[in-house]
Amino acid sequence: MYNILLGGAAGQGVDTTGNILEKLLKQAGYQVFSMKDVMSRVRGGHNFTLIRFGPEKIDSHSYNLDGIVAFNEETIGLHKDKLKPNGFILCDSSFAVEGPNMTKIAMNEMAKKIGNPKVVGSIAIGAILKSFGENLQHIESVYQHAVKLEYLEQNIEAVKQGFDSVIKHHEHQTSSYAKWMLLTGNQAIGLGAIAAGLKFYSAYPMSPSISIMEYLAEKMTEAGIVVEQAEDEIAAINMAIGASFAGAKAMTGTSGGGFSLMVEALGLSGIAEIPLIVANIQRPGPATGLPTRTEQSDLSFMVSASQGEFPRMIIAVKNHEDAFYQTIRAFNMAAKYQIPVMILSDQYLADSSAVVEPFDANRIKLYQEPEPLFEGEYLRYKLTEDGISPRLIPGTNRGFVAADSDEHDEYGKIIECADMRIKQMDKRFLKLKKLELELQEPEFVGAANYDVLLIGWGSTYGPIKEAIQLLHETSGRKFAALLFGDVYPLPTKLLKEKVKQAKDVINIEQNATGQLARLIRETTSIACTASILKYDGRQISGEEIAAAVLKEVVK
Amino acid sequence: MRDTSKEFCMYETAWCPGCGNFGIIKCLKQALEELNKDPHDVLLMAGIGQAAKTPQYLQANSFSGLHGRALPAAIAAKIANQNLTVVVNTGEGDSYGEGGNHFIHNIRRNVDISHFVHDNQIYGLTKGQASPTSSEGFVTGVQTEGSMNTPFNPLMMAIAAGAGFVARSFSGDPVQLVDLMKKAILYKGYALVDILQPCVTFNKINTFAYYKKRVYHLDESYNPHDKMAAIQKALEFGDRIPTGIIYQEEKATFHDKNKVLASGIPLWEQKRDHSLIEKFAQEFV
Repeated sequence: MYNILLGGAAGQGVDTTGNILEKLLKQAGYQVFSMKDVMSRVRGGHNFTLIRFGPEKIDSHSYNLDGIVAFNEETIGLHKDKLKPNGFILCDSSFAVEGPNMTKIAMNEMAKKIGNPKVVGSIAIGAILKSFGENLQHIESVYQHAVKLEYLEQNIEAVKQGFDSVIKHHEHQTSSYAKWMLLTGNQAIGLGAIAAGLKFYSAYPMSPSISIMEYLAEKMTEAGIVVEQAEDEIAAINMAIGASFAGAKAMTGTSGGGFSLMVEALGLSGIAEIPLIVANIQRPGPATGLPTRTEQSDLSFMVSASQGEFPRMIIAVKNHEDAFYQTIRAFNMAAKYQIPVMILSDQYLADSSAVVEPFDANRIKLYQEPEPLFEGEYLRYKLTEDGISPRLIPGTNRGFVAADSDEHDEYGKIIECADMRIKQMDKRFLKLKKLELELQEPEFVGAANYDVLLIGWGSTYGPIKEAIQLLHETSGRKFAALLFGDVYPLPTKLLKEKVKQAKDVINIEQNATGQLARLIRETTSIACTASILKYDGRQISGEEIAAAVLKEVVK
Repeated sequence: MRDTSKEFCMYETAWCPGCGNFGIIKCLKQALEELNKDPHDVLLMAGIGQAAKTPQYLQANSFSGLHGRALPAAIAAKIANQNLTVVVNTGEGDSYGEGGNHFIHNIRRNVDISHFVHDNQIYGLTKGQASPTSSEGFVTGVQTEGSMNTPFNPLMMAIAAGAGFVARSFSGDPVQLVDLMKKAILYKGYALVDILQPCVTFNKINTFAYYKKRVYHLDESYNPHDKMAAIQKALEFGDRIPTGIIYQEEKATFHDKNKVLASGIPLWEQKRDHSLIEKFAQEFV
């Protein structure tokens, strides 16, 4: 497995070069995991892409570098400490930096001769392909989709010249992932939503959630989706609720700041029992926080967001594949229980790319809402045994459908009577009883004879899995982890069982206060014995987790 | 079993005796019945407030959402099912205050809905504070020194934002109000009717007699298709208050312009070919 860092200023082509290189490596048959570290600016600053690739399954990123591709000198200074002893630094021959690891090519000069200074990235791509023993078999097909036709020839020439400028350092390793998909976490959510039957998506542009809307907008005409950019997040969520009420499967997506504006309407979905999907792609807060970076600090907020009490569900997606299937499940749960279901992801998953097995059509099971059966007058909020009232779509000529943000009677009309208030509250919460039977327990990984139990949720899934492996290579103790996807309501069965054997229970979270640990304690009285918390806006890696566990906890 | 009656039945209300809302809801009922609408195909939507209780009192499909947020929910319901006749009835605080941003941008969207604003120049549900349209100097329990803000001019705002149907009426003028409601519902696109109404309990200035004395019908010599003339009329609010269609223009609607909706099949009923998912997935290979 190799780790390459591409770094430079915003506007130098780091992102584009990374996007093309990761596709070429996947086409060569490798597993690829590519992570973006981007500053919130359009020009200047320092951005980098970390690309990890190899023939074995890759769950997360790593900062132990086999190579640095530097688009500016600053990149070398910032990252050379992370370079392995035999790693390389690829840069332009004009850079003043010297050292044993330097591979200098006159990239800028070559690009000028080719006639386009922007093809420097493609020269670097050629050099990397050669260095790792790859051939140029896939460059035409990948570049055709990546650059405009008028620049295709220049870029192909650049790759070839870069390829011829260096010598081979590594042999190609045979691997069979060329027919798998390479996609980002947000694309997986977007495609999952389409697979689930999404008809209406409304959102206000916000990093890092915007790429869900961009993906859906690309597909809207072909897939029959109305994608509407709202004037603010309050409009976005109220639109989604209105569309859902009228029968279209609807979703909105945002990040923490936008979600903060949505909370009143979340309660509308709750009391009016209108199915709703909200994706919150977290970034560090509070307020504007670190707009282009990652954090898991909205869990506590989302568990209690909005005034009053109503049933809700929160699913934290664990990786790219999970993002697809859990988005479909979110739609199913929202339709079945007529509740708001929130998908919790973060910038790390949103913007990173991973290689995923093509989605299995047989695993896509859509919940079919039963034909509403009723006699006499239709009652939208009929009191039933499981709390679920048959849902009729307005305009189907079978009865009148009412939705009300006020407390209401079975018909849906405003009431203030104490008895009906209690009945409707109880009816809404009754739905949770049935929903709880469908909760997914956390995934257990690690050694059967563990005595250290790590606990994580959402996007730390990959890094924690990798940490378990690393810990077993370096420590005599035995480790296991519980990795939560469903976080609210919190599934507790496996947790209660697995903590019994553990001497140390360590929560690993990308926030400052240990929000899952608090939720676990509140729900089960189980207290974690130590915490590893990271809130610098950068995703924790398997290596960092392993080191922190050894240093702070196991000793 | 469906109720086949085309009557829009009325329920008992919680409005004060003499409230302008009585006149408005009767006109709404009459307009919908004269248009021969089936109540099962009508969706009455509102935010929160006294006027916003309208959907509670007239039998049709109803959606009583959040304060200020009736419009986003309403336009989306119409997008989801274009066969529904979507009518928003709500107050000026809901429409122009709390929901001001949605008012501007849904005019720009031009979804085919009607927006009937019950404008009594005061907040009724919270028992008497200044509303966006209260006149300067209007004294309330909160604006104890009188409202210091310039009154909001909904007609000017609507024309400026590009609305294609802008009208004003008065709750005490049922013949005109029914006529304007019918025209607004028939109009293809977003249609605003700002309806002046007295609040008998809290507004002792802008009373029934106050409006009755000031309102006058725009006559046949007035051309509602002339935008500059419309702006002139929209600015007229004082001793004389013009009522009728202030501005009208044919415009392409949201549904006309959106490729997914142009087929005429309601969005919620459109079927998706499942092979699309595999096709989209293959694009990532």
